[in-house]
Amino acid sequence: MGTNNKTIREVESGVSSVISAKNLSLTFQTNDGPVHALKDVNLEINKGDFVSFIGPSGCGKTTFLRCMADLEQPTAGEITVNGVSPAEARKARAYGYVFQHAGLYPWRTIGGNIRLPLEIMGVDKAEQDKSVKEVLELVHLEGFEKKYPWQLSGGMQQRASIARALAFHADILLMDEPFGALDEIVRDHLNEQLLELWARTNKTIGFVTHSIPEAVYLSTKIVVMSPRPGRIHDVIESTLPKERPLDIRDSPEFIEISHRVRDGLRAGHEND
Amino acid sequence: MRNLVPILTVLAAIVAIWWLAVAPMNIRPALDIAERGGAVVVPEGSVERRDVSVWKLMLDNREHVAVGYDLKRPRLPTPTQVGEEFWKTTGAMVAKGRAWSKRSLIYHAWVTLQSTLWGFLLGTTVGIVGAVAIVYSRVMDRSVMPWAIISQTVPIVALAPMIIVVSNQVGIEGRGVPKAIISAYLCFFPVLVSMVKGLRSPTEQQLDLLKTYSASGLQSFLKLRLPASVPYLFTALKIGIAAALVGTIVGELPTGAISGLGARILIGDQFGTPLAIWSALICAAILAGILVTVIDIMQRVTLRKMGFVS
Ligand SMILES: Nc1ncnc2c1ncn2[C@@H]1O[C@H](COP(=O)(O)OP(=O)(O)O)[C@@H](O)[C@H]1O
Ligand SMILES: [Mg+2]
Repeated sequence: MGTNNKTIREVESGVSSVISAKNLSLTFQTNDGPVHALKDVNLEINKGDFVSFIGPSGCGKTTFLRCMADLEQPTAGEITVNGVSPAEARKARAYGYVFQHAGLYPWRTIGGNIRLPLEIMGVDKAEQDKSVKEVLELVHLEGFEKKYPWQLSGGMQQRASIARALAFHADILLMDEPFGALDEIVRDHLNEQLLELWARTNKTIGFVTHSIPEAVYLSTKIVVMSPRPGRIHDVIESTLPKERPLDIRDSPEFIEISHRVRDGLRAGHEND
Repeated sequence: MRNLVPILTVLAAIVAIWWLAVAPMNIRPALDIAERGGAVVVPEGSVERRDVSVWKLMLDNREHVAVGYDLKRPRLPTPTQVGEEFWKTTGAMVAKGRAWSKRSLIYHAWVTLQSTLWGFLLGTTVGIVGAVAIVYSRVMDRSVMPWAIISQTVPIVALAPMIIVVSNQVGIEGRGVPKAIISAYLCFFPVLVSMVKGLRSPTEQQLDLLKTYSASGLQSFLKLRLPASVPYLFTALKIGIAAALVGTIVGELPTGAISGLGARILIGDQFGTPLAIWSALICAAILAGILVTVIDIMQRVTLRKMGFVS
């Protein structure tokens, strides 16, 4: 697998675009007629970007992320991941995906859960141990390797699920409202840790949220989406520095970006 | 242990109802005996009493009701009588060193237990393999499931003699194999249904997760579907072992069988010894209780080991 990953990295080393969507559309055929989950979506995500997708529920954020992950097939347009099709990228294990619910296997310990993708990918035992140790440290769960999921709080479980997505060292991390179900204090804490992790690993992150402060705090790029049909309403490049302590949220710059996101969301709503 | 109090309460209630039921059930033979012994009974004569309800008989002959609690061949034996008979054919036999004699219920229970376990093994295997086939193949899902359901609507009592005759025809000696087949026939169904449910229990998200790892079908089965189905499997095994026991006893009923609890029940019926029937029944109930408890303990241990919180 390692060699495969390398070739893809080499292919895109010249190009900085990691994810590229051109006129991407996806229409679900339902019993109540077609649902235009995505319509003519264009977006470039560059290497090392932290991109947030924000918008009211039903605007296609999850669908967009799932298209990148080859979990959903677009009905029109084009999307590439690392310069190849999402299916090829998935087979090359180019991304880690974090779902809304941690979804840890209750019959596996935290260590066992993180080991799952490594076992499937046929990584040898010693390498597995090393990776598990490494990512547990990245998400600050050292010492919890032998615990079962039910012994951990919701926030810790979500961190373990992030560790699981990190375990096989994919360059892209796709996260669908990973902190949506957590309370604000835990969320702040995890946001801080996520930024730290991003800085340390230099991954490209796609992050779905419906919290404006979360999007502004985390992102280098904020994609504001609007529903029916799901479209990109605005793409905001953040002017905040890479180094972001939590109290940056009180700075005028932060508040200004927040305003822009809020205006975008409001305008997106008025459109329909 | 927490379950012990409600279980004992229910048991006490059953014994109480049983004990009360002895009076109306046995009033007719009791009055016959009393009359033969020279007592005055209203109305006189067994034939006369046939048209009188048991309640009226009890009301008019209150002093003879007690006779019904001490009959040699009662319609309904008292709990004490059954207890004594049960002890005579189990504990007392053991004390005499004759646990394996043909008159000992321990011997018959052992015969029944062996068939039950073979039938359970066969039924569980068929159930699990069938469930895997159904979950992984649309064709199997559409073709096997309806037949599995239909199979359970055929009364096993009608099927049992046929299975015995057919296995005799094809040259299978003895009763062990046909009994195990009948037992498996009842046992496979709950296992099949439950395992189908268990193997399908992983959520869409859990399956998507494996897809993001490009996991193979076999990997998804071994790492997700199979472990996820374990709690369902144990629930099914508890029902399955009880069904296997019933199947074995039914398989022992058709004439010709001489060993096993089912045979004891049949022989007791033919020779008019209700006490023998009842103590065989009690023995079957105890056997069922032990088997279900054993699986229950295995379930607790396994699920705890697997980290499922119960
Ligand atoms: N599998 C599906 N079948 C039919 N409709 C779907 C499916 N998945 C999503 N949708 C619809 O597509 C639209 C976008 O959904 P989604 O991407 O989940 O939105 P978001 O994540 O922004 O809340 C919604 O109207 C939703 O009902
Ligand atoms: Mg969503």
